[in-house]
Amino acid sequence: MSASLEKGIRVLKAVIDAPIASYFNSCVHCGLCAEACLFYTETGDPKYTPIHKLEPLRRIYEQEYTLLGRLKKIVGLSKAVTDDELDQWQELVYNSCTLCGRCSAVCPVGNDIVYMVRKFREGMAASGHAPEGIKSAVNRTVTIGSPMGVKLPAVLAQMKHVEADYGIPIPLDVEDAEYMVVLSSMEIINFPEYLGAVARIMQQAGKTWTLCSTAFEATNAGIQIGNSDLARVIVSRIVEGAEKFKVKTVISPECGHAYTALRWEGANLIGRPFSFEVQHIVEVLDEFQRQGWLRTEGFETDKLTFHDPCQLVRRGGVIRQPRTLMRSVAQNFVEMPDAGYMNWCCGGGGGASAIEEGEALRLEAFKKKKTQFDAVKPDRVVTACANCRIVLEESLEHYRMDIPVIGLTELIAEHIPERNKPEGA
Amino acid sequence: MQGSLVDAFARQGVSRRSFLKYCATLASMMALPPVAGRAMAEAMAAARRPSVIWLPFQECTGCTESITRSHSPTIEGMIFDMISLDYQETLMAAAGHQAEAARLNAMQDNAGKYLLIVDGSIPLGRDGAYSCIGGRSNVEMLKEAAQGAAAVVAVGSCAAFGGIPRANPNPTGAVSVSDIVKDKPIVNIPGCPPIPVVMTGVLAHYLTFGSLPELDAKGRPKAFFGETIHDRCYRRPFYDQGKFAKTFDDEGARNGWCLFELGCKGPVTHNACATAKWNGGTSWPVESGHGCLGCSEPDFWDAGGFYKALSLPADPLGIAGAAAVAGAAVGVGIGFANRAKQGAAKSAHETTTLADLEK
Amino acid sequence: MTDLQFLTWVRGPGLDIAVGIFLLGVLWRLFEIYSLGRSKDLSAPRRTPGASGLHTVFRRSLPPPGMLKCSPVSYLGGYIFHIGLAIVVFGFAPHILLIRNLTGLSWPALPSQFVDLAAVVTMAAMTVMLADRINKPAKRFLSTFEDWFTWAATFLPVLTGWMAVQHLLLPYTAMLALHILSVEILLIVLPFTKLFHAFTLFGSRWYNGKVNGHRGVPV
Ligand code: SF4
Ligand code: SF4
Ligand code: SF4
Ligand code: SF4
Repeated sequence: MSASLEKGIRVLKAVIDAPIASYFNSCVHCGLCAEACLFYTETGDPKYTPIHKLEPLRRIYEQEYTLLGRLKKIVGLSKAVTDDELDQWQELVYNSCTLCGRCSAVCPVGNDIVYMVRKFREGMAASGHAPEGIKSAVNRTVTIGSPMGVKLPAVLAQMKHVEADYGIPIPLDVEDAEYMVVLSSMEIINFPEYLGAVARIMQQAGKTWTLCSTAFEATNAGIQIGNSDLARVIVSRIVEGAEKFKVKTVISPECGHAYTALRWEGANLIGRPFSFEVQHIVEVLDEFQRQGWLRTEGFETDKLTFHDPCQLVRRGGVIRQPRTLMRSVAQNFVEMPDAGYMNWCCGGGGGASAIEEGEALRLEAFKKKKTQFDAVKPDRVVTACANCRIVLEESLEHYRMDIPVIGLTELIAEHIPERNKPEGA
Repeated sequence: MQGSLVDAFARQGVSRRSFLKYCATLASMMALPPVAGRAMAEAMAAARRPSVIWLPFQECTGCTESITRSHSPTIEGMIFDMISLDYQETLMAAAGHQAEAARLNAMQDNAGKYLLIVDGSIPLGRDGAYSCIGGRSNVEMLKEAAQGAAAVVAVGSCAAFGGIPRANPNPTGAVSVSDIVKDKPIVNIPGCPPIPVVMTGVLAHYLTFGSLPELDAKGRPKAFFGETIHDRCYRRPFYDQGKFAKTFDDEGARNGWCLFELGCKGPVTHNACATAKWNGGTSWPVESGHGCLGCSEPDFWDAGGFYKALSLPADPLGIAGAAAVAGAAVGVGIGFANRAKQGAAKSAHETTTLADLEK
Repeated sequence: MTDLQFLTWVRGPGLDIAVGIFLLGVLWRLFEIYSLGRSKDLSAPRRTPGASGLHTVFRRSLPPPGMLKCSPVSYLGGYIFHIGLAIVVFGFAPHILLIRNLTGLSWPALPSQFVDLAAVVTMAAMTVMLADRINKPAKRFLSTFEDWFTWAATFLPVLTGWMAVQHLLLPYTAMLALHILSVEILLIVLPFTKLFHAFTLFGSRWYNGKVNGHRGVPV
């Protein structure tokens, strides 16, 4: 009940730093970031130019932290940011930005635009201008434990199913396990295959692992909405769990934003380095494969392509690994144009998929992805992010494109030899 | 071609042929058609010897030296046979009251028709007391003489633009002829001193056509001042190739490379030195290895130093260092204020809860 | 004021004032911007070859994959006019002399005909860029008075310098004076407009490269 413009501006004053100052002063209005943003390329509407999405932040920076800006404000050349304005900007900062970071990859003067969007959201959230959809997701994550409202019993039920299906026990709250696996609620509800795949892989690799009853959810809507305090509450659960069970590594699930939240933002949120490592499941698989702990047999023969989740690839640095894994199980693996570092977003990242009123725009933006698919005409699409997967499925259905979407971890798990006994067991 | 002038020339050993040649050269220098040379010669030969009054003011007599004492016998020297030089302190035999009387007589007899030549600047400081002739200030004499003149010729940079006397800080308050005389046609023949042939050329034009030649924005005859020294300089190819003498006795200087870096003002100086040359076409400053000083331009004396290249700062940068320090100080000051503001915003932050997401 | 007096003023007091404001502005703005600081990244870094601030400072001079095709005018025009400006500013003999006088550094000059050509090409590229700014929706949308103004402030020194050398429109002395004056205006506005990217670009690229390099992404 206490969000206010004043608070928002105060938060922004606190987050504005030298990089942001440098970026705003460097912008030459070349418009290249627009060409990199799927919301501009697909709509042609210049208001979706990435740097423009930050206009209120720029003015606050200028008015608060530059001498000329202060003078401009005093003589009325620079208008103060208002609630109405921020309200108008909600669409630009949330609905039409998936934090995909493509703009930051192209800006010729080197502006990290997505870095600024992330920070601007802090002020938007604090001033009460976050979209309802993301607000409720945060609410559920903080109060219930997961953005989709999944509670522990649901997880336990899933564990039972998987144990029954695969005949492998799913460890919970095991101290001193090497790995702690966290999930995204999407995986718990929509893609239960993931847990089974992890169990089989761990079994084959002969690694000890565990789930954590107080930290099974990895997604962090606090980051998407842009509220570090709430994001800290969410990420702390995992940190506490990992520290309690003294695990060496926490495995982030197939969810790009969960990975970013844990791997890159986590330590900064809690204000100290982690005592454990964080790896994305794809990194783990790649490592297992290189070490010879993970063996696969057989190949998929249909045409497969890989959709790079922005947070894992461009924003996460896991670029090579998914490709190596793909090649190990797929004979006919084709890359889409711009694949890898310059891949195009599915249109639903950064919390955008939680915003109902943004759906039409999201589907419009998906045309970019569609063009990429049309270029290679895959039989199936593989990805490594449950959110991408849902968004891709929904959008493909909307455009009546019959291309199934599967998770990379499951794909790998399917190629694990059946009667393979776990090593050392 | 007949006439007293031709006879006079003949008596002094100048052939009819060389007189014609001189006129043709003049015509071509002034960009007149070739036939004009002959017309000029004929007009001059038949000229009525108009009265000319030459007033010397705040000057060094260099201009007179230039026009008269170039090597003899010169056609330039003899051109005076075409005119009736009724007053010229340096050249006339009369002196004192006699001389003044001659001037007044000429002014009366030829009122409205005589040509007034002025060399030297006119000091206005202390009521003109810095330069007087026979107890009368230059400015007074100029105004008086200009009244009955058909036209005024300001010879030399002092008369044309104020010249060296006007150089900063201009202690005598020197001004040019055109600063005083506003209602008569004035032709400026600047140069310190001016090239002799330019002076005679203008007189020849006046005699031939009864009018002053076409002038540029600074009142200079376009025919002689239309192009810069640099435009016609024979060292120009070196400038274009970027080959510059760096000192007066280096390899470049010996090879005759461009003198730009040694301060040559050729690029901003309009004059005919590069084509007419000096001392009867013997040489000219740049040819002798020294850059142009820009003497035919206003305020050439104060144009940032003779040996400083045109692209260099005219004065040493004085405030740059202080400005840099001030800038750093302002920046550091703002930096501290900003950090304080940023810190205050951070410490004012209260941990948000879910309720804080709502308005 | 005569042409030569004008020229002497712009070479003298004018230059002094302009260089003074330029230095004042640059230092002030640099401190103002970079003193804001940034917090240390506590997450465990991932090391990848080629992923660092310094790499990005250089790498960002090349178009990222696929970008050249989608905005050729911005890239080619941008290259041509920046390189052209560099040739004109640093290759023309009188400019080198000025730099030597102010800093003591010097290098051989380029032939003036070549510099002349570079100036013409630069102006052509800048004109195309201006047309592109008017034509491209995103660019036009972003453009404010400052964009048109800084375009002119950059274009005029090239134009006047070229016209002075070519003896166009005005006598050389007046044109040269206008040329120097236009450069002085450029110097004065540079620290306070987007032209300041000439300085902050290095910081921005470095930060971007550093932040993403920490994640092992060579941006
Ligand atoms: S991060 Fe992606 S979606 Fe957001 S503005 Fe940049 S390019 Fe557009
Ligand atoms: S690409 Fe960079 S410089 Fe160009 S408009 Fe966008 S932020 Fe500004
Ligand atoms: S010597 Fe002087 S006039 Fe001749 S080319 Fe060089 S700068 Fe020009
Ligand atoms: S070269 Fe220059 S300084 Fe020398 S006389 Fe001619 S105009 Fe005057």
